Amino acid sequence: MQAMLRIQRFNPETDAKPHWEKYQVEVEPTDRLLDALSLVKGYQDGSLSFRHSCAHGICGSDAMTVNGVNRLACKVLMKDLGARVTVEPLRAFPIVKDLVVDQEPFFDKYRSVKPFFVNYDPDPPVERYQSPEERARFDDTTKCILCGACTSSCPSFWGNRNYLGPAAIVQAHRFIFDSRDQAADERLEILNDQDGVWRCRTIFNCVGACPRSINVTRAIGEIKRLLSLNWKV
Amino acid sequence: MYHSFEAVIVGAGGAGLRAALELGQVGSVAVLSKLYPTRSHTGTAQGGIGAALGNMEEDLWEWHMFDTVKGGDYLVDQDVAEVLAREAVETVYELEHWGLPFDRTPDGKIAQRPFGGHTHHFGQGPVRRSCYAADRTGHMILQTLYQQCVRRQVQFFEEYHVLDLLIQDGVACGVTAYQIRTGEIHTFRAKTVLFATGGMGRMFKISSNAHALTGDGPAIALRRGVPLEDMEFFQFHPTGIYKMGILITEAVRGEGGVLLNNEGERFMERYSPTLKDLAPRDIVSRSIYLEVRQGRGIGGKDYVHLDASHLGRKVVETKLPDIADFCRTYLGVDPAKEPMPVQPTAHYAMGGIPTDIHGRVVLDEVNTPLPGFYAAGECACASVHGANRLGTNSLVDLVVFGRRAGRDMARFIRENDFVPLPAEPECQACDEVEALLHGAGSEAVADLRQELQQTMMDHVGVFRIEAQIQEALTKIRELQERRRQLRLQDKGKLFNTELLEALELGYLLDLAEVTAESALARQESRGAHSREDYPERDDANWLKHTLAYRTGQGVTLLYKPVTITRFQPKPRTY
Repeated sequence: MQAMLRIQRFNPETDAKPHWEKYQVEVEPTDRLLDALSLVKGYQDGSLSFRHSCAHGICGSDAMTVNGVNRLACKVLMKDLGARVTVEPLRAFPIVKDLVVDQEPFFDKYRSVKPFFVNYDPDPPVERYQSPEERARFDDTTKCILCGACTSSCPSFWGNRNYLGPAAIVQAHRFIFDSRDQAADERLEILNDQDGVWRCRTIFNCVGACPRSINVTRAIGEIKRLLSLNWKV
Repeated sequence: MYHSFEAVIVGAGGAGLRAALELGQVGSVAVLSKLYPTRSHTGTAQGGIGAALGNMEEDLWEWHMFDTVKGGDYLVDQDVAEVLAREAVETVYELEHWGLPFDRTPDGKIAQRPFGGHTHHFGQGPVRRSCYAADRTGHMILQTLYQQCVRRQVQFFEEYHVLDLLIQDGVACGVTAYQIRTGEIHTFRAKTVLFATGGMGRMFKISSNAHALTGDGPAIALRRGVPLEDMEFFQFHPTGIYKMGILITEAVRGEGGVLLNNEGERFMERYSPTLKDLAPRDIVSRSIYLEVRQGRGIGGKDYVHLDASHLGRKVVETKLPDIADFCRTYLGVDPAKEPMPVQPTAHYAMGGIPTDIHGRVVLDEVNTPLPGFYAAGECACASVHGANRLGTNSLVDLVVFGRRAGRDMARFIRENDFVPLPAEPECQACDEVEALLHGAGSEAVADLRQELQQTMMDHVGVFRIEAQIQEALTKIRELQERRRQLRLQDKGKLFNTELLEALELGYLLDLAEVTAESALARQESRGAHSREDYPERDDANWLKHTLAYRTGQGVTLLYKPVTITRFQPKPRTY
């Protein structure tokens, strides 16, 4: 099938502001958008920059805005996008070049929520035991690949870039609800802030954007409930 | 720009991160990666990490060691396999202690499942040894290791592409790297350098490997005079998604899935009466090729069916959720109802930079070290996988030998001072980058890469024969010449990924040449190296490791003996 890609281009070395370029490509209907972008780069314009690596939705490199929605370019097929496809860099992140955005602010927020397992007891000689039910409690948020699609889709984040954003909260959730972890209070203290979970207005954009089908809004809600009901500030 | 660290680690996958955790406590460490660490390919490993915990039934590390040796068709160095199997147990517990969310048994222990080639009582039947977190075990390992690095404030240089290994007076003393975001070349001085750069599967057309897996570390080492070991052994995983190569984990068969030909026959019963669909990967991949060759591919095409529909929706959705998602996304197939179309996909390099059991790089047949230089993970060859790696053993390799390399680097740092850098350390890297940016030819990276991948797939794939390997070598040399005629459209400094692809193409071409030369010379069939003109294993002449050097005259091959301790070579049947 023929597809027309309309891609937002921006090279700060030469361009004053972003502009649009159109590229016609011949693709298989089952090709990924990433395949189409690679065709453009390989055979039409080698200067087009985008990140990519695993090409099957696990590494989280190629999140971008596709026909107005945040997707992984490797996890959306051309037949599902139609003959005209608009591709932009993730919203609300600074653009480095073309479809490449600066992820440092995103990872700074990630690092601020203590996104690591903490248990102050001495390690046992074998594994720490955990029941299948306890393990299931935080299963959903272990799937996060830190692609940034949720945070970039969040109107609350658009309005206030100090907001931690859904991805960082998902990472905190993964540990707060892990029965083996002992730093939930430390994380809840960080999240109990107007720029923490309370900036979330349950708009659900993050749920639609997540390529891993994580129920992000529910995870944020669970933390809000914990803060409201059980946890003393 | 100039930096100085006691240890520089190149690559932020499982091996690099595991080494960093060991080193962060004792010295200054920098981890360089051309990706953000969480994008590393360790994250795509699915089915599990093998360790004889014995949580489900009796299991012993000795059985794991035996399976590794036999799985590798006796080309495994057995002292290394012993280390792998013994230390797998404690490193898996260590990962759990760092929070890795393994699936659990009803009594709360780490859950385990069967995997190809893993047996009890030295081959009597399948054993449940693979410790797993659904079908995203690699994702959870990568996340867990990165999280612990964040906790320990390990210093990362993200999106730095390594260009050169610096050696002065026979001692490794740093690297140069290209900062992708700025186009600046940085010099990192170091007492020790670890290459943990991962695989090189992108030399093949159908591959499970990420686009980033272009063998940068091994290719750079090769250019600096380090040999590459056993490069002819490249694993094709039997079940990649048809045409796309995306991995469908062996855990599908571990959970009870079966391979079917166009007659609906479970053909692995004929090729492997004991282990059937859970035979090692080299055997299953060859069986699929033979079925297709005899006209029993689905619809006469070059694929077969992997059927998990009888497992029930609950098993598919809870134990194989990512697989189910891939099949729905890319194929429109629901694996709980329909079979998945699969074909062998280039998956894993058994060969790589030769090391000893401490991750120290060795240079020749008497294991002379290159002081200060280490390698671990897929880019290294310890040799623990021999001629064919068992499923789950790559993840074991990362953590066991990442940890060992880190520990020995810590010792090296304590005992040694910095050596002086060579004069103008960045000049080779600068020259290479400048030459590519100003190339005035007419060739495009995408064309050359596509031709290389097609050639390797057709001629140096699952089955090999002399004339075809020769043909591949002729083509590779033509492509190496044409690469000198590249013309890049992007001459800029910011995020110039066209330049990076040109560099990576150069690495792939060099590695393809060494792979083909090593394959041409080895006149036997062993593990993943299957020569139709030499169909038998030949221990009398070929029970030895290949060492391939790149010289001015092309590739020179030397050989070194295999270390055999507990298990004498026997015919390999399953």
